Amino acid sequence: MGMWPQFRSPLIWDVFAISTYASVSAMFWYVGLIPDLATLRDRSPSRAGRVVYGMLAMGWRGSAKHWHRYETAYLLLAGLAAPLVVSVHTVVSFDFAVGVVPGWHATIFPPYFVAGAIFSGFAMVMTLAIPLRIMFGLEDFVTMRHLENMARVMLATGLVVAYGYMTETFMAWYSANPYESYMIMNRFGGPYSIAYWSLILCNVLTPQLLWFRRVRANVPLLFVISIVVNIGMWLERYVIVVTSLHRDFLPSSWGMYSGTVWDWATFLGTIGLFVSLLFLFIRFLPMISIFEMRTLVPEAEVREDPS
Amino acid sequence: MSRPALYGLLAEFTNPTDLVAAIHKAREAGYRAMDAYTPYPVEEVSEALHVHDRRLPLIVLIGGIVGGCAGYALQYWTSTMAYPINVGGRPFHSWPAFIPITFETTILVAAISAVLGMLALNGLPTPYHPLFNVPRFALATDDRFFLCIEATDIQFDEQETMRFLQRLEPRSVSEVEP
Repeated sequence: MGMWPQFRSPLIWDVFAISTYASVSAMFWYVGLIPDLATLRDRSPSRAGRVVYGMLAMGWRGSAKHWHRYETAYLLLAGLAAPLVVSVHTVVSFDFAVGVVPGWHATIFPPYFVAGAIFSGFAMVMTLAIPLRIMFGLEDFVTMRHLENMARVMLATGLVVAYGYMTETFMAWYSANPYESYMIMNRFGGPYSIAYWSLILCNVLTPQLLWFRRVRANVPLLFVISIVVNIGMWLERYVIVVTSLHRDFLPSSWGMYSGTVWDWATFLGTIGLFVSLLFLFIRFLPMISIFEMRTLVPEAEVREDPS
Repeated sequence: MSRPALYGLLAEFTNPTDLVAAIHKAREAGYRAMDAYTPYPVEEVSEALHVHDRRLPLIVLIGGIVGGCAGYALQYWTSTMAYPINVGGRPFHSWPAFIPITFETTILVAAISAVLGMLALNGLPTPYHPLFNVPRFALATDDRFFLCIEATDIQFDEQETMRFLQRLEPRSVSEVEP
């Protein structure tokens, strides 16, 4: 084949962004596990455990020279991964924003998608961490302070997302573009208005509860809010994709969309795949970094006056 | 000199403070070929051993530059030479559209360089290492702190070094078979 990808298209940017994000995340995760894999190798009661963890630990022995380079590598990876988070969600938003379809073609999309990713990311971490914390008795590792701070980040990024929705509405009016204003009126009162108003309820109104300290200190309520935010972020993508496409520029392509049984089965399947992999991870690997926890113990410090 | 019978002598300590004190004494006594083994990174231990390796950041920088240039070159070559295609009258070399992928390949190659560079400089994977012959060394990934004076040190003498390490009051001293 003499053909090549079209490098002026955001779709190919997205291929590079997501595959880079997946590769760097996988490497970061594995590098973080190496010292813990060595601990598992040395403490495993079974031969199979020693062999498998031993191969994965690659002969790690905690040498001071190794730790020195390891920490440099870990720091550099963290520094490289941080701008990558911003870039990947920006490029995902380009998939929409570079198109001309009303409801997609908006310059607010990159920052609003980055904030949305942090918003839903923290909600998802809470959804997973709160049950694990109770089931495995991790209250001393995932403390109330962690949960409260996560709630604060959710509140702040939720406000940025709400600002994104406001800007979309404002620009629909201010641009004086009939297609843009039709798009927003269609969201407010069209056939999918129930999805739009549910989205506002989940993503804009519900997180306002997090202003209250008593809400942030209430673990079951935080869990419920995190689930609501997850649903809200799913609705956001549903609204962006479906309401814009069902009335685009060509009346011949107008129509109504609702998920078929296979659409819903695929969606449930992705949740099942994720949960299965998560359970395997919890079963076979440390869910909290062992060596990083050790550095937090008071005995881990070198005392100034050896007695 | 014939091949040394031992890889080195391994002293075990129960806390990082004793280990750092032992490293200082060993350096004062003139030992240089030694390494410490801890369950978590201890900055004072690397400082006491005078571990300074600044090669990794340079490797990562070079990796990033190579990745960025390669990503841009791929897009330039594809869009102007291998498969030039007119999209809405834009120039073949439409550089602003090439920035996102250039950024991604920069980060990707820099991150791969960080991981592979760290593993290569550390000599990992190491399928066999003499230290694993010492049963107590399994505690180096648990809660013990080890100092190994290696037989390659000019001052190393099996009896003399053994006596020196014993004076540091370690929990135990083991001979490390090569």
